[in-house]
Amino acid sequence: MTVFRELSQHLLDIFENGAKAGANLIVLNIVEDFNADRLVLELRDNGSGMPAEMVRRIADPWVTTRTTRKVGLGIPFLKQAAEMCGGEFGIESELGVGTRTWASFQHSHIDRPPLGDLVGTVLCMVVGFPMLDVLYQHTVHAATGATQEFNLDTRELRAVLGAEMSFSDPEVLGFLREMLEEGQAILYGEGTTTNAE
Amino acid sequence: MKSLEELQKIKERALERRRMSAEGVRVRVVVAMGTCGIAAGARDTMTAILDELEKQKVTDVAVTQTGCIGLCEYEPIVQVQIGDGEMVTYGKLSAERVPALVEKHVVGGEPIAEWAIKQTA
Repeated sequence: MTVFRELSQHLLDIFENGAKAGANLIVLNIVEDFNADRLVLELRDNGSGMPAEMVRRIADPWVTTRTTRKVGLGIPFLKQAAEMCGGEFGIESELGVGTRTWASFQHSHIDRPPLGDLVGTVLCMVVGFPMLDVLYQHTVHAATGATQEFNLDTRELRAVLGAEMSFSDPEVLGFLREMLEEGQAILYGEGTTTNAE
Repeated sequence: MKSLEELQKIKERALERRRMSAEGVRVRVVVAMGTCGIAAGARDTMTAILDELEKQKVTDVAVTQTGCIGLCEYEPIVQVQIGDGEMVTYGKLSAERVPALVEKHVVGGEPIAEWAIKQTA
């Protein structure tokens, strides 16, 4: 049993931690390697970071729910999801520098939740958090040996849009959604817009 | 492929519209996206809101998120504020309820009382 049906919901949840830590840039990195049968999710933020003592306790739900209310249950949920799918979880943080959270999975593991609606999730990250920039990097190493990559960097988009335009504009929303859908098609092959699993 | 030139053209069109109509941000929509919200479907609620705004070409709405607001049992929670008016907090605002919310409150300006969380102060 997992709390979230999709891994992209975990990504959004961990992303929120970075936003709360005052980050102005969050990097979302997804690497799928079908040869190594591995999926790695990573979020890096340049927020306030955490003291070593909190990092040590953060993945323990019994401790974190009681004493570190502002972090909550999201991290134990992700750790549990990774560990029940032949993977690992890690978190590194440095005060004043930021936090890196990652989780790996056996890609083909029967219990592994699908990545799910990545287009909608990245759209929520980009539009819902106007105070920070998002760099979404996604790499797929196919079983054939071919490698496909897709990146979306809101710093490039903001440089065009300027301060007076928001990502909530309907035409900008359409642009972003189509760009992300094109990205999914590049990563998984034409004609596929979602990570069907 | 989507290009930055295309985004530049979108910006120019939007700014031209804005000059014609003097429009600004009229409505603020806030989706609660804490762990509790996401577990209850807040991500799907928010993408449904963005889809509606895109489809109906609503240009004067700012959509943002907030963390857990302490009403986890009512998630997904969405707040709507028109201008400087009172903010209405909706509970159990699933993606299926979004088209009606956008039509009636966000665009039409009429809050949906039965979906709002009653304040017992």
